[in-house]
Amino acid sequence: MLVLEKNALSEEIENLVGEFGKDRSALLQILQAIQGKHKYISDFAQQEVARMMDIHPVEVNSIVSFYAFLYSEPKGRYIVRLCQTISCDMSGKEEVAEAVQRELGISFGQTTKDKRITLEFTNCLGMCDQGPAMLVNEKVYTKLDPETAVNILSEIK
Amino acid sequence: MSKREYERIPVSQQAHVVSKPKDLTAIGGMVSVQINEKKITVPLGTTILEACQLNQIHIPTLCHHPDLCIAGVCRVCVVEVEKMRTLQTACSFPITSPIKINTSTQMVRKARRHIIDLLLSEHYGECYSCFRNGNCELQNLAKEFGVDNYTFGHVKTQRYEVDSSSAAVIRDMNKCVLCKRCVRTCIDLQEVGVLEAVKRGHETHVGTFLDKPLAEVICINCGQCINRCPTSALRANDPSDEIWAAIDNPKKHVVIQTAPSPRAAIGEEFGKEAGKSFTGELNTALRRIGFDRVFDTNFTADLTIMEEGTELLTRLKKAIVEKDESVKLPQFTSCSPGWVKYIEHFYPEFLDYLSSAKSPQQMFGALIKTFYAQEAKIDPADIVTVALMPCAAKKFECNRPEMCDSGFKDVDYGLTTREMAKMIREAGIYLPEMPKSHFDDPFGDASGAGLIFGATGGVMEAALRTAYELVTGREVPFENLVIEPCRGFEGVKQASVKLENCVEQYKFLEGVDLKFVVAHGTANAKIVMEMLKKGELNDVHFVEIMACPGGCLGGGGQPIPTSNVIREKRAQAIYEEEASLPIRKSHENPHVNYVYEKFLTDGPCGKLSHKLLHTHYVKRGKYIS
Repeated sequence: MLVLEKNALSEEIENLVGEFGKDRSALLQILQAIQGKHKYISDFAQQEVARMMDIHPVEVNSIVSFYAFLYSEPKGRYIVRLCQTISCDMSGKEEVAEAVQRELGISFGQTTKDKRITLEFTNCLGMCDQGPAMLVNEKVYTKLDPETAVNILSEIK
Repeated sequence: MSKREYERIPVSQQAHVVSKPKDLTAIGGMVSVQINEKKITVPLGTTILEACQLNQIHIPTLCHHPDLCIAGVCRVCVVEVEKMRTLQTACSFPITSPIKINTSTQMVRKARRHIIDLLLSEHYGECYSCFRNGNCELQNLAKEFGVDNYTFGHVKTQRYEVDSSSAAVIRDMNKCVLCKRCVRTCIDLQEVGVLEAVKRGHETHVGTFLDKPLAEVICINCGQCINRCPTSALRANDPSDEIWAAIDNPKKHVVIQTAPSPRAAIGEEFGKEAGKSFTGELNTALRRIGFDRVFDTNFTADLTIMEEGTELLTRLKKAIVEKDESVKLPQFTSCSPGWVKYIEHFYPEFLDYLSSAKSPQQMFGALIKTFYAQEAKIDPADIVTVALMPCAAKKFECNRPEMCDSGFKDVDYGLTTREMAKMIREAGIYLPEMPKSHFDDPFGDASGAGLIFGATGGVMEAALRTAYELVTGREVPFENLVIEPCRGFEGVKQASVKLENCVEQYKFLEGVDLKFVVAHGTANAKIVMEMLKKGELNDVHFVEIMACPGGCLGGGGQPIPTSNVIREKRAQAIYEEEASLPIRKSHENPHVNYVYEKFLTDGPCGKLSHKLLHTHYVKRGKYIS
């Protein structure tokens, strides 16, 4: 990371801490705001958050590693999460999974080379009556079959 | 400023604590409860565990530790509370109403057994080859609950790589049962913040920042986590095999120096009650093991006082007489390697405040391979120096690249009390029955001032005895040389001594109120450093800081378990031994004077002593890239 980038990030975090406060309960909001802008929370950002909130970096790391929706490494612009829980699994998740893997040329847990899409499994999305279900960033798609799933992925940019 | 101003416990780990009422006789001050048909009254807010302990009712515990905040994560201490739907953890349940508690119903027994079975299913147990064999809390629980098979399976292969990157502390997460005692030690007790639980669900493990090896993060090597770990997930880096090899090699002249604290605690490793020193017995045992010379680290503790005291007086002179603005006061002690690494990481901008004197261990190493080698006519290349220390950080310290001033590695191995006890047992010796013997010359006698280095406040007390007498020509104005304000386990202590009727050389100190601060445990060190930042220590002259709670006697290399009660007993043992010594002031030690006459001829802080007995520090910072 360049020094200029670091300084900009520090300033940004300082503003966030000013906005949400130094209390420990503000930590998640701050982390979400950082992720919202940068799509991930870098090592440096974690240590800066810790410094400004007067907690230990490892505590921030503990929170980031705990939540599935917080990332410590850069991911694709779109994060596709296919539900792997039993209802979706029984209504054809496996076929959908194979189709999207074939389409994108990557397997689950990986990101496409152009950093467009990251594939992930997720646990229950609460769409058990409309499975298989898939979450693309913050949008839910239900009643998928291999064809619709591939169409959805080719439409997103 | 006596007590800590705030307690920073992570919210997730904050227990529901009900503060006990001040007036117990008031209505609602006491609550009557029934535990297993026994009716008792306890102050409001007492936990079930405390109530049971007071009434000799045994409750098994694992994640509970007297030094740490309550966590309630292991669930081993569950009890049945009448009218509650589920079992409750005794350690975190405050009694606020008259309740009925059952500690050994069928449900409780079954639940505890299941919990232990579940803990064992995650624990890579290889008891025979484990350093905690016989002293493992998980092993004891399994025995207590008659575990005869693994109901939920047992880990057969190691899931994690053992992290042996650090010179001091080895982490083996295969043995971890996630009681989080190390996390609470590191974050709450010491406020260093290296360890925390990372990831989630079955992937949860205690990790460092970004799961880096311990050597690459901000670990200060205090080893307090080792003392709190119930299993051997954390252990010290044990050099005893190499020491045995050196002892067995007839060409090598193996020399050991023993610090004051191990003597006051090693008896615990042999089943003795805490609070008795085994100095003489230890000396004999060490000779029987095969060490060629047994020296007393207290001797260089005396030397440290001479060097650090002279440094302080020089700084005072520069500040008062020469009005030199660049002189940093207060001067901080540098005996504790954990504290030195702490300030290097967390307050690198204040490194100039640290005394440049080495710790007693390193001074001794440098002297053995120069002065002693010369006196005894031995090639220093053939000398192996071992240091018996209560400390894990000493292993790191002796491996610092700058600690080679004698031309060789000044101290070859740092050995903890636990490892020494292991070697003594291995040699077939039962320590408490050994005859007593004295240390070897030419460093045979040490003063009591050196001995009390082991307890928090000891360096300060020793320094005051010498400094006051040097400056005024009289003994310190305290009865029997016991400087009471330096003693005791209060987190941060502050006191002062007025310097009056000074001798000619130190006339510039006439009327000065010599102020000093004593702190132990890095959490308290942090408080002192924050005070320094705010300028609240501007009129203070000398600060003693020890990285471990209680000082060296509560060090990370001392016998397990540890608690405030045990630390107090060890301190008592040290103070009792000290009172019986003939020499109790560092500057009166004839051997110290002999060394200054024969070897360090240009005196304390002279050219040669600067080369051999002083060091420099590294600005490490706390950013990890």
